[in-house]
Amino acid sequence: MSGSGDRVAPVIGLEIHAELRTRTKLFCRCANLFGAPPNTQVCPVCLGLPGALPVLNAEAVRLAVLAGLALGCEVSASTKWDRKSYYYPDLPKNYQISQYDLPLSREGHMDLELSDGTVKRIGIIRAHLEEDAGKNVHERSGTTGVDLNRAGVPLLEVVSRPDMSSTEEVLAFSREVRRLLKWIGASDANMEQGHVRFEPNINLHVTRDGRTYRTPITEVKNLNSFKSLEATVVHEVERQYALWCRDPEGYSMERAPRENRGYDAVSGRTVFQRSKEEAHDYRYFPDPDLVPVNLDPAWVAFLRGGLGEFPSARRRRYRERYGLSDKDAAVLTQEAATGGLLDAAVSSGADPRRSAALLTGVGARLANERGLSIAEIGLTPRSLAELAGLVHAGELTATAANVVFAEILGTELSPRELAASRGLLVSRDGEAVALWVREALEANPKAVADVRKHGKSEKKAFGFLVGQVMQRSRGAASPEQVQRLLREALDG
Amino acid sequence: VSDLTTLTARDIARGVRSGAFRAEEVAEASLERCRVVDPRLHVFNELQAERALARARDVDRARSAGQLLPPLAGVPVVLKDNLCTSWGRTTCSSRILSTFEAPYTATAVRRLEEAGAIVLGKTNMDEFAMGSSTESSATGVTRNPYDPERVAGGSSGGSAAAVAAALAALALGSDTGGSVRQPAAFCGVVGLKPTYGRVSRYGLVAYGSSLDQIGPLARDARDAALALSVIAGHDPADSTCLRRHVPDYVALLAGETRPLRIGLPAEFFGEGLDPGVRRVLEAAVEVYRRSGAEIAEVSLPHSSVHRDASGALASYAIACYYIVAMAEASSNLARYDGVHFGFRTPSSPEDIVDLYSRTRAEGFGEEVKRRILLGTYTLSSGYYDAYYDKALRVRRLIQEDFGRAFERCDVILCPTTPTPPFRIGEKTQDPLTMYLEDVYTISVSLAGLPAVSVPCGFLDAQGTRLPVGMQLIGPLFEEGRILEAAYRFERETGARVVFPGAAT
Repeated sequence: MSGSGDRVAPVIGLEIHAELRTRTKLFCRCANLFGAPPNTQVCPVCLGLPGALPVLNAEAVRLAVLAGLALGCEVSASTKWDRKSYYYPDLPKNYQISQYDLPLSREGHMDLELSDGTVKRIGIIRAHLEEDAGKNVHERSGTTGVDLNRAGVPLLEVVSRPDMSSTEEVLAFSREVRRLLKWIGASDANMEQGHVRFEPNINLHVTRDGRTYRTPITEVKNLNSFKSLEATVVHEVERQYALWCRDPEGYSMERAPRENRGYDAVSGRTVFQRSKEEAHDYRYFPDPDLVPVNLDPAWVAFLRGGLGEFPSARRRRYRERYGLSDKDAAVLTQEAATGGLLDAAVSSGADPRRSAALLTGVGARLANERGLSIAEIGLTPRSLAELAGLVHAGELTATAANVVFAEILGTELSPRELAASRGLLVSRDGEAVALWVREALEANPKAVADVRKHGKSEKKAFGFLVGQVMQRSRGAASPEQVQRLLREALDG
Repeated sequence: VSDLTTLTARDIARGVRSGAFRAEEVAEASLERCRVVDPRLHVFNELQAERALARARDVDRARSAGQLLPPLAGVPVVLKDNLCTSWGRTTCSSRILSTFEAPYTATAVRRLEEAGAIVLGKTNMDEFAMGSSTESSATGVTRNPYDPERVAGGSSGGSAAAVAAALAALALGSDTGGSVRQPAAFCGVVGLKPTYGRVSRYGLVAYGSSLDQIGPLARDARDAALALSVIAGHDPADSTCLRRHVPDYVALLAGETRPLRIGLPAEFFGEGLDPGVRRVLEAAVEVYRRSGAEIAEVSLPHSSVHRDASGALASYAIACYYIVAMAEASSNLARYDGVHFGFRTPSSPEDIVDLYSRTRAEGFGEEVKRRILLGTYTLSSGYYDAYYDKALRVRRLIQEDFGRAFERCDVILCPTTPTPPFRIGEKTQDPLTMYLEDVYTISVSLAGLPAVSVPCGFLDAQGTRLPVGMQLIGPLFEEGRILEAAYRFERETGARVVFPGAAT
């Protein structure tokens, strides 16, 4: 976007809200459960009934501390709870219990590996804990109902510095934060269930004729997919630049108000919600119903010690030590358990690249079909290692390995046993292969004729016959062996 | 007054246990008295006779079955109408909760019932506990049993009047800035505000959450000690209710008399104190002196009462209290919006904001609206530091004053109220004068300390005998010490509950 000679630098910060994976809500014992019938996971506390009092869920604090540590933050020795006041029907008390000036953790960062090979550090201002609101459900009849099952679910709010300057960086950062929260078990981070929501704040620094102009900041609320996040950033950058071009002096941070906008999925545009002048005064004050939380430094150190390897470090290790491609390394670090499967197979002697190929190929396909992660489809490290070993030794073709992979799931058999029982092990004596060659030749006289004519379709016909033989062998024959025997039969 | 209704709680429990009379007889006698007296005083928002009788029969059956009866077996009690009960309504004397039925029971109430107490009903109060006269109730004023033309005090006016008029042996009230102690003083009964964190607030409809405490009202110190023993102690449902040993207060009072040093804060005997009240208090101090207690002067400089530039009475403690309490109230009362429960405007609102506005405009009374507005203002961006934050700092200074005072004495003695019970309507036009009613009780609330108001005599007001209360204040968690001091006064004076004429 520098067609006119302007240099346009987007300045983007991100707030990420992630629901934590606790059994119960943040301040009561109701289940933290998605998809139950409306208002069935509620009690006097999360309904905000008179006289009910919040009691802090320690597990939510543990997960939030883990998340803070994983995001490179300093975890506060002491933190407290504040009430954030605003009226909305999905907020039963008309205030939200949140953290204002003493967040659980602050001053962290995340290093992003960008597609050009560079690494960019994104600062994290804070990560605090708060309770989620319920949901307004707009009915077809025009009335609005309120479902409070989600009210009180623990929510981690991660606030980045405005360090991002492109859609790629925003997506990389948001994906990495999501991956990390899932990785350490802090959140299920299921996008379909709305576990992760984004609120980008965006403005532009436009440089024209040596002078830099800053457009007003817009904050886009409540985006619940990477797609809408991406579309929002793309659209906002275009929209703000167009507005600025029309009025470089007036459309500026100094003169135009900060705005809140919403994303409209139908038009792919953002729409005005309110300006800063109309913004809420949240009237924060310390919640007198809760006591401050003191975090024992020894406990925090213990949690830090248990965190293990993060996805970015693991990706680097897979590339450098296992020789995997960027893409495979990324696929295998979507969540902790898949890499764990690979590492366990490798440590029992399997070839890393063969093992990885099985997981990212057939493994990923099967996982996708079943809506599971690769680690969840049920392959044991031992089976993976044996399967990779069979392929590596030439005893199983890649095609046959895929069959074995799929069929072995849920059985008690080893890959070798299953391959043997299906006749998939590469036939070494040649007799079986010779039989398949004969069958293929008899069944395809036209192809045979084409090969023998030595015309321009010879190569294609030969390839076809190889394929026919391979099909009959269901992968148990090696392509080299098939080609050799086929050539002998045709020439002879 | 029939015998059963004038017995102390411990005598009722003893009688029921021994079989001298049945719990049902006690309940019937109390309910009968309620039916006669309540139309004159308006103590109850809701009398729950059927349930009370059924519970009393349960106690009698348990006794017949040979079961060991708990310490309050068969004792009739009443509850301030801001304590949630899973039966009947919990209205806070507000239109906005006039139909509200809580789905659960407050911890303190549950403990009372588990101890065998028989709940007769829910008592009248200032709306949402905001007031010192029960005049801000949406159901009408509660009258003082000593003079029906005067207020019973507030905000726990119904509970205090019920105990004074022998409608119940015990009552629960709630005290944010004096709401148990002041009506206790006005009605001539004992009213205890425990240390903040001594009694669970779970199920108490919040007004000023950092100040609210549930406390018992009783005929004497020993009954108050018995009630406190039952309701005190940690509750996992209230994070601010401390995990701390609860002494056996009853046994403590039965034990040996210990030496007592009484501190008199000069600030609470000066400007603004009614001369009649002062004379009664001075006589009470004499009683202690004669009994061998040491009397010392102490100082609470940040709680002093002074004249401001305009000549009106003022106090830092009052300013501090009203900022803290109103700020918390503005937030606590935000939930009454007509969306989820309670009253909703019967008119047709244009949108959700209009629904909120109309519901709250129609549902809340004047005093509640005043406090919500002021509280909202003090928490607003740009004003927080000047008001709320400053108030918290003053609060700490007040606390420190008490800490220093308790280096020189065991308990602090002062009036509970600056005046005797005033006439209905006398102060409703001037909220600031009304707020001054709490001038001796609120600094104690801000410091989180326990205090008890004990009847210490009467004064004559144009031919009417009006009760006067003295306040005994203790260090944190020293409820035993102040109850002991109260009991000592009762023994020295041979004081017995006098049932006021208007109630009979």
